[in-house]
Amino acid sequence: MRLVVDLNRCQGYAQCAFLAPDVFTMHGDEALLYDPHADDTQREQVRRAATACPVQAILVEDQDAAPASAKGARDVR
Amino acid sequence: MSADGYLEALRRKGRIVIVGASLAGLRAAETLREQGFTGSLTLIGDERYQPYDRPPLSKQVLLGRAAAEHTALPRHSALNAQWRLGVAATGLDMSAKRVRLADGEEVEYDRLLITTGVRARPWPHPQEVELDGVFTLRTRDDTAQLYRRLAAGPRRVLVIGAGFTGSEIASACRERDLPVTVAERGAAPLVGALGSVVGEVAATLHRDHGVDLRCGVMVTGLEGDPAGRLRCAHLSDGSTVDTDVAVICLGATRNTEWLAGSGLGAGPRGIACDAGCRAFDVRGIVTDDVFVAGDVARSPHPLFGYQFLSLEHWGNAVAQAEIAAHNMISASADRRPHLWVPAFWSSQFGVNIKSVGVPPMGEQLLVAQGSLTERRFTGVYGCQGRVIAAVTFDQTKWLEFYQRLIESAAPFPPSFRTVDRRAEGLEPVAAGFPDPSLPTHGPTVTVSGYSPTDRRITFTPAHA
Ligand SMILES: Cc1cc2nc3c(=O)[nH]c(=O)nc-3n(C[C@H](O)[C@H](O)[C@H](O)COP(=O)(O)OP(=O)(O)OC[C@H]3O[C@@H](n4cnc5c(N)ncnc54)[C@H](O)[C@@H]3O)c2cc1C
Ligand code: SF4
Repeated sequence: MRLVVDLNRCQGYAQCAFLAPDVFTMHGDEALLYDPHADDTQREQVRRAATACPVQAILVEDQDAAPASAKGARDVR
Repeated sequence: MSADGYLEALRRKGRIVIVGASLAGLRAAETLREQGFTGSLTLIGDERYQPYDRPPLSKQVLLGRAAAEHTALPRHSALNAQWRLGVAATGLDMSAKRVRLADGEEVEYDRLLITTGVRARPWPHPQEVELDGVFTLRTRDDTAQLYRRLAAGPRRVLVIGAGFTGSEIASACRERDLPVTVAERGAAPLVGALGSVVGEVAATLHRDHGVDLRCGVMVTGLEGDPAGRLRCAHLSDGSTVDTDVAVICLGATRNTEWLAGSGLGAGPRGIACDAGCRAFDVRGIVTDDVFVAGDVARSPHPLFGYQFLSLEHWGNAVAQAEIAAHNMISASADRRPHLWVPAFWSSQFGVNIKSVGVPPMGEQLLVAQGSLTERRFTGVYGCQGRVIAAVTFDQTKWLEFYQRLIESAAPFPPSFRTVDRRAEGLEPVAAGFPDPSLPTHGPTVTVSGYSPTDRRITFTPAHA
């Protein structure tokens, strides 16, 4: 699953690193490193992290919006 | 047809073309759909990939914590768009409203959005670029190649240019325990973006992490062995650095060549647009159907004296794309200005660096909180008695407060007391930006001056 963190918004509160440590890790005291393509087995943890983020900085792809399943999509060349 | 009728038809069955399929292009496309545009949407991009995110490329990807090919951006919504990927736009006919593509095809539009961004500024000696071991870093493919080379364990990595990207690469290499030399023409890393006071702090970060940092020097040449592999680099102080990898980080140049001769106000410094993202033509008249957003745009900001700002910042690409998309399908009175306060982040050597406002406009710097020597501080930049920008090293929590001060044009130096104010923060000091008439590579913000009382040309060197 694809995700992106708006790091302008992120305050380094580390809730995400606590809830989904395989995807989000703190690097030093405040810098956040994350895997933009989390393994699907992490789906539940990532969702929990996104919900818990106090500044709502984590954007997770909506399954329905994934390009492969885009409704009525014409071609992807 | 009435203006209202035209707009209604445009929103329902118009043709919108977006050239440049990256962060800004994708965010604009999503916004168009979210705001009810149901016409045809075409995204043209010269890279072969679906839009992906660049900031991880010089950070977690080089550290092996994410894969270069797994950086695709998440989608908010189904786009129902036509994608033309792997094909560049090569020309624009504004009167016929047509974009020409490299494969000979032409695409017609009712509204055009240009989000062609920037590319890495090339090394000025083309033969030397051919050497095996010489890299730049802007794209997924660049990063994948560099990553493979780093994983193979080179003798040494030479980073040429200590802006944000160069510093982040040096940091990642040190974390991988690779010997690193950084050559920077300025007095310290990040001087163009943050000034020399903060640059000195960045320099101690490099050195404390074992980087062989050399400032005030230029790399004059790269030398290969008979097999065409990089062997060493020659520096302007007469020294040489034995190295098998060199990463050129000399800032970026704007992707506007394809617009040459189109009549649009596009050049090496970007495409000028109004605060509503409408592009100017070469006569300085604003167009009504061509819009710009992201790294390629230059737009006037009321908070900064209506100077035209070019911002190579992730957050700017997102915010400007959303405004451009909204304005493309809105009547004049409903259009919105792009009033985003510039902001960016960088992480290097384990420190989170963040900034708001436009630091290079700052004349003075006040260390309002924390301490430079502890590398945990908030620096506030002042210009003509106002707060114009702020930077934090591992003090993100204070940044929003200073953003409010910038937005309200608060006086500088701030008159109130701040938490954790130290002796070094009692008086402002000169912020120490390089003389704008001297060539530097890649200041993050190019303030190019445009107001009736203050017209300034910022010297932008063609080469490093
Ligand atoms: C390594 C790296 C690290 C970064 N780190 C940070 C960071 O930490 N914080 C931060 O704020 N910002 C960072 N940035 C900057 C951020 O990524 C950019 O601001 C953002 O990508 C801008 O998006 P854009 O869509 O405007 O332009 P781009 O991402 O440059 O996209 C433009 C696209 O248009 C394509 N194109 C160009 N010409 C044509 C043509 N003629 N026809 C068709 N397509 C064309 C290009 O190939 C490209 O795909 C970083 C950038 C890089 C490269
Ligand atoms: S929970 Fe949110 S604010 Fe905290 S580190 Fe994660 S992304 Fe940043």
